[in-house]
Amino acid sequence: MLAYILRRLVMSALILLGVSFITFVLLYVLPADPVRQIAGRSATPETVESIRRQLGLDQPFIVQYGRYLWNLLQGDLGRSYLQKTEVAVLISARLPATLLLMLAAIVCELVIGLTLGVIAALYRGRALDNVLMLSSFVTVSAPQFVVALLLLYVFAVQLGWFPIGGYGTFAHLVLPALTLGILGSGWYARIMRSSMLDVLRADFIRTARAKGLGRGRIILGHAVPNAILPVIAMIGIDIGIFMSGIVVVESVFGWPGIGQLAWQAIQRVDIPIIMGVTLVSAFAIVIGNLIADLISPLIDPRIKLR
Amino acid sequence: MKKLILSTALAAMMAISPALAETPIPGGNMIVTYKDDVATLDPAIGYDWQNWSMIKSVFDGLMDYEPGTTVLRPGLAESYTISDDGLTYTFKLRPGVKFHNGREMVAEDVVYSINRVVNPATQSPGQGFFGMIEGFDASAADGSALSGVSAPDASTVVFKLSRPDATFLHVMALNFSYVVPKEVVEAEGADFGKKPVGTGAFSLTEWTLGQRLVFTKNPDYWIAGVPYLDSFTVEVGQEPVVALLRAQNGEVDIPGDGIPPAKFTEVMGDPAQAANVVEGGQLHTGYITMNVTAAPFDKVEVRRAVNMAINKDRIVQVINGRAVPATQPLPPSMPGYTKDYAGYAYDIDAAKALLAGAGYPDGFETELYVMNTDPNPRIAQAIQQDLKAIGITANIRSLAQANVIEAGGAGTAPMIWSGGMAWIADFPDPSNFYGPILGCGGAVEGGWNWSKYCNADLDALAAKADSTVDPARADERLKLWSDVYMGVMEDAPWAPVFNEQRFTLKSPRMGGADALYVDPVSIPVNYDYVYIKE
Amino acid sequence: MTAAAPSATQGATPGAIGPAPRGPSVLRRLMGRKLALFGFLAILICVGGAVFADWLAPFDPDEQFFDGLTIEGAPMPPGPVYWFGTDLLGRDLLSRLLYGAQTSLIIGLVANGAALFIGTLVGVTAGYFRGITGTVLMRFTDLMMAFPALLLAICLAAIFQPSLWIVALVIAFVNWVQTARVVYTQTSSLAERDFIAAEKTLGAGHGRILFRHILPHLLPTLIVWGTLGISTTVLLEATLSFLGVGVQPPTPSWGNIIFENQTWFQAAPWLVFIPGAAILLLALAFNLVGDALRDILDPTQQGRD
Repeated sequence: MLAYILRRLVMSALILLGVSFITFVLLYVLPADPVRQIAGRSATPETVESIRRQLGLDQPFIVQYGRYLWNLLQGDLGRSYLQKTEVAVLISARLPATLLLMLAAIVCELVIGLTLGVIAALYRGRALDNVLMLSSFVTVSAPQFVVALLLLYVFAVQLGWFPIGGYGTFAHLVLPALTLGILGSGWYARIMRSSMLDVLRADFIRTARAKGLGRGRIILGHAVPNAILPVIAMIGIDIGIFMSGIVVVESVFGWPGIGQLAWQAIQRVDIPIIMGVTLVSAFAIVIGNLIADLISPLIDPRIKLR
Repeated sequence: MKKLILSTALAAMMAISPALAETPIPGGNMIVTYKDDVATLDPAIGYDWQNWSMIKSVFDGLMDYEPGTTVLRPGLAESYTISDDGLTYTFKLRPGVKFHNGREMVAEDVVYSINRVVNPATQSPGQGFFGMIEGFDASAADGSALSGVSAPDASTVVFKLSRPDATFLHVMALNFSYVVPKEVVEAEGADFGKKPVGTGAFSLTEWTLGQRLVFTKNPDYWIAGVPYLDSFTVEVGQEPVVALLRAQNGEVDIPGDGIPPAKFTEVMGDPAQAANVVEGGQLHTGYITMNVTAAPFDKVEVRRAVNMAINKDRIVQVINGRAVPATQPLPPSMPGYTKDYAGYAYDIDAAKALLAGAGYPDGFETELYVMNTDPNPRIAQAIQQDLKAIGITANIRSLAQANVIEAGGAGTAPMIWSGGMAWIADFPDPSNFYGPILGCGGAVEGGWNWSKYCNADLDALAAKADSTVDPARADERLKLWSDVYMGVMEDAPWAPVFNEQRFTLKSPRMGGADALYVDPVSIPVNYDYVYIKE
Repeated sequence: MTAAAPSATQGATPGAIGPAPRGPSVLRRLMGRKLALFGFLAILICVGGAVFADWLAPFDPDEQFFDGLTIEGAPMPPGPVYWFGTDLLGRDLLSRLLYGAQTSLIIGLVANGAALFIGTLVGVTAGYFRGITGTVLMRFTDLMMAFPALLLAICLAAIFQPSLWIVALVIAFVNWVQTARVVYTQTSSLAERDFIAAEKTLGAGHGRILFRHILPHLLPTLIVWGTLGISTTVLLEATLSFLGVGVQPPTPSWGNIIFENQTWFQAAPWLVFIPGAAILLLALAFNLVGDALRDILDPTQQGRD
């Protein structure tokens, strides 16, 4: 087990290395010059060249990447070209907002998804089951930004229950978390439903029933806790999906997280920030997958760690 | 030329501005919001329209502007003299001005600050503004001390110029010339932009990245009684729509991004709300560049045809009337604007005839580059439809700002709509719309003259205008500039489309003259002079 | 974002092994399911709208009508002339939606086809040949899984400067990964089976084994993934266009219609929610059909409700 974790950690480090390399290549070939963004519109060609030299952007690709990697190994993500602030500072100032949203979104997903999944399993084959399963399909097919705008329109603009975006209080958190929660709940509902059905067929439930335990106690006390395990593995994967789509939610709701930071940096080729956010996101994804893989054998003994 | 000496008593300064007709009330905290984060408050680095005015409140330069106007007045300098040849400027510093850290500001600080901006290690986007100072080329290359700036004593700064330049005093009022304390800059290094220390009316007391900045009144500010506010808070990451609604609720005093287009009609249609809106001109022009070095835009007839094909009224309608149609590169509120010039009239038939005369009776296909944030792609599509009417097929390339700037600089973009990257004047002088964007100097690889237009005669005329330093001949100089821009319109490397108007919404409790809320050099408001009425 | 991702990474779907069901019977069983039938009809409507846009659209989708905007520059609400109203440039929304269906479907088919092709190529190569090549390919797949997909797509779009086809390729490049993993799992378990070994000892070439034995067995999985993937693709295209880095104007796409009009979503909600509903409908349709196909074609899923 320990050896496995160790091997996976090494593998994860290699993956992050690969991600950093590919991103660096992409930004290197990007047809936009960061130096011109720094130098401004009245700069002379000499100034532009001088800044290029100082940032080491006149060096061959491999030297630039080597330098970046060397600093990275020392925990240095570099400084933003345009803000001059350390990227680590910029990211850590915004990361709490992103993590808070992620946490709230996962809670929403679980609450909505698990409840619907259990209900669907209990009403298996009936009309309610069909409606719930159809709606789970609707949620996975809905574009994030449309749901975000819809919730804003109904609950913030028309009803005025929540602020139209921004950050700070619990009320600000509700709509973005709900957007992600609704969209992600479909998968949880489906997995919970099939997991519940498996459990309900299992021997120990029959035993419990035979012992004459009440239906409510069987379901909440025995079935749900056992059925929930496969769902937990999904949370790890969910982090990846969340990180992939973060730019959209944060931009619609004006949420001051790392997605907004990345989006603004892309507009102005602030390479150190783009690299930093990509790596932090990739790190979260890799860790999420690792957690998912570590949990799997606990759920299903037939799965072996390779 | 006679020596010019300006000496200003503080009391006199206060009296000049009509902005201050009613008695301001000190105290209170004003809340301003922006969508985008503030990048930096380092005066040598900051070059966004949001941080530009904040930097003005934290720092000062030798020169300044009358609040709400484009009229120069001395700032940290108490007075200045200009030599007869216009090559030597001697500034006498105001005594007793202190940095926020308590140390007195002296002449060496000015010398240090100017050297710092020119030093390539600072990577200042404002370096190019200082090209008229003697020794600039050497310093800009290797970071050595500028030979043209010196401090003979603690209260005197002398600038020697390599050529007479009428814009020099404006340059001394630019943020890039603002005075910074050496010891703090060296201690903070690159983090100075997040922990600024200046001589300004406010000091930065809190900065929560991505959320909020708090500026607190400098009790020792060298203009007695200024600023009026105890503090102002800048909240960032606020969508313009949210900010407007909060302003309507009385939670925000100034939505910094203005009134969002979708809400504009609603606000202006309601007399109660419209009463809180201040409208003013802006030193801004939105234009289409045409690359004159390559076919088909190498023919002046084609460029004139494009000018005639654009239905500017319709484009202004598309952006909900928040601009006025432009006739020339300069905006109407800029000195040197040619009032009696009507520009190219919207005339499709004449445009077609010009195209046919240039050898394109059936039009041609080209590309129109545009920055990919709303409303720019929409404006580009309106332009596209106008061009289609005279047979020009313009395919739109909607890209990130940096990509458009790259294509413009490299000269690979036949046409560019300037919106989003458009020229907002650095200082209120006609020369600012020429050099880098229309002059030969900017028409190089990577330069901001995206038309790659270079007319040596106009360059000479521009140089002649800027060497007219004598304030008594200012009108003569403006006439020369007017001639330059008329020459540009004759060659038509641009199609000027509109000049944006500013509409600032303020909460009812905000006081001070309207001009302070559409201050041409301090957007969205002049923080130092506005006040809260209650 | 990636609607199909979770089931791909679960590894709990060994996939179809054994003879693939015949075409006609699949179609009949598909039609027997209400939801799948609904999805099928929705797809037909979208395809119909796209194919016959020239005849169905009341106006030129790119024409900016003078009377399509009020004096203040506000769009027209739905009415007798412009059924779905006009957009912020005074263009007919209905016409743009119909032509937008073309964009969505072209990108859905091209991008997803390309993703399927890359995914299959990588998965089969890695699963069948194993060795160094296989390891390298699968580690590369792991690497791609760790990329924040949207950031990658935005960077790629910035490099290649979007046209319809570039957007399709960018999406393909981001979306092939799940297919590759599923195909890899299946191919490697197939390659170990007795009848493949028997073929090999009889001297059959790689080509023969791949095309006669492996690919036919993969077919059901590919059909399922091909269908589900279109839904993912449609959503990703819409998202990229929504961020302004997708399909170039004035070509209408459901995503860029929302991008251009979103600032008006309070005053003119139809401009955002009608195209939004269209995206949802199309993505839902492909998901429903894809899911039904999985139930029918994948024996391991049968009886699992």
